[in-house]
Amino acid sequence: MNKLSGLINVFALLSILAVGGGTAVLPQMKHEVVSQHRWLSANQFADIYSLGQIAPGPNMNMVTVIGYRVAGLPGALLVLLAFYLPSCTLAFAVSKIWDHFEGSPWRDAVQRGMAPITVGLMLAGVYALGRTATFNLDHSTRHNLTTVMITLIVALILLRWRINPALLILVGGAVGWFTLRLV
Amino acid sequence: MIYLSFTGKLHYRAGARRTRSARACDRRKSRGEFKLSKIQLGPPAAVSLGRLFKVFLYIGATSFGGGVVAYLRDHLVKRRQWLNDDQFLAALEIGETVPGLISTNVSVIVGGRLRGVRGSIAAAIGMTLPGAIAVFILGLLYARFRSNLEVKAMLTGVSAAAVGLILAVTLQIGHREISKWLDLAILIPTFILVGMLHISLLATLVMIAPIAIWIHRPDRAALTDYHARQAAYHAQLAAHHTAAATASGSQIERAS
Repeated sequence: MNKLSGLINVFALLSILAVGGGTAVLPQMKHEVVSQHRWLSANQFADIYSLGQIAPGPNMNMVTVIGYRVAGLPGALLVLLAFYLPSCTLAFAVSKIWDHFEGSPWRDAVQRGMAPITVGLMLAGVYALGRTATFNLDHSTRHNLTTVMITLIVALILLRWRINPALLILVGGAVGWFTLRLV
Repeated sequence: MIYLSFTGKLHYRAGARRTRSARACDRRKSRGEFKLSKIQLGPPAAVSLGRLFKVFLYIGATSFGGGVVAYLRDHLVKRRQWLNDDQFLAALEIGETVPGLISTNVSVIVGGRLRGVRGSIAAAIGMTLPGAIAVFILGLLYARFRSNLEVKAMLTGVSAAAVGLILAVTLQIGHREISKWLDLAILIPTFILVGMLHISLLATLVMIAPIAIWIHRPDRAALTDYHARQAAYHAQLAAHHTAAATASGSQIERAS
């Protein structure tokens, strides 16, 4: 019971704090799940987040895996509900009264003001995951060199060409398997 | 999988018919009579709840690799024609402004426009369910095999590539959205507070958001202009509704 309420507390709050999309709550989610509640290790969190990027649909569905690992099937369902219901309800309500504010210069100010916050949070997400998955001081130099190369090459390819990111992530997995399995 | 069984139908059936007054609404908008694009404008396309759910389930099951918004637009505007481009963009604007995942927000808003609260629920469940099940299965496989050295090596590559993905997305959004040097005075403290000092997201937003919005506050001219346009729009919309009501009233009379 304690675990379930803990899950709801964390994910319902993250739901309404996700300004500008799901990736914005990634650093906070990692901090809560890994450092505060110790539900997962940093490596597990990075792995689960990354697996979530291969699956279709919204890119934060992996929260359900966190719920499952903490409290089984009820945890998985409750986390999904806690993570989606608050923001979805808000979106529905706002869309009903939107006509009132649409085109308002204040709305524009909010959107443009929040943009650098969103980008800062996403950058914090890159940093939080990158410290585990790309440049991890616990790993050997060779290991780090490989992961840094994979990260940078994937980013460069995505900035340059229009390729489905899920495919690139699978290729990254293949490269990892090929170069690191014997280490 | 369920969605495979109706793939063909979804791809090849023509879009929903738009009602006469919705088309009239579009014409008036294209003539510039309605200046602002609004999601609630005009009667929604006729869609059954089951079909709504199936289409969102299909999008939720096939939108691989992020960028779900592009998949949504492709299905809702181009293939199904449940919305026109303006209405979709209006929904997207709301979805981006409100907190939460943009893809689910847009689904909820579009579902709500088409079939009310139940439409929203159907759209949101359809959108998230396939991916959630897929992630769930991946998670089970992960728990079972993660200590296997070969799987571990593969996951290392997968995670490194995923960091590359969010790095690229962050740079793209940053390039598109960051317009002033002053924005960096918001971006960098946000990064440090949340990313390095682990200040809670709530505290960070409460401290930084007001400053960020104040930096971009509208000037007086923009505000006066907006109030004038808003008043004109409401007058126009009221006139349009009265006209539509009289027109449909006379149609019913003729039919009977």
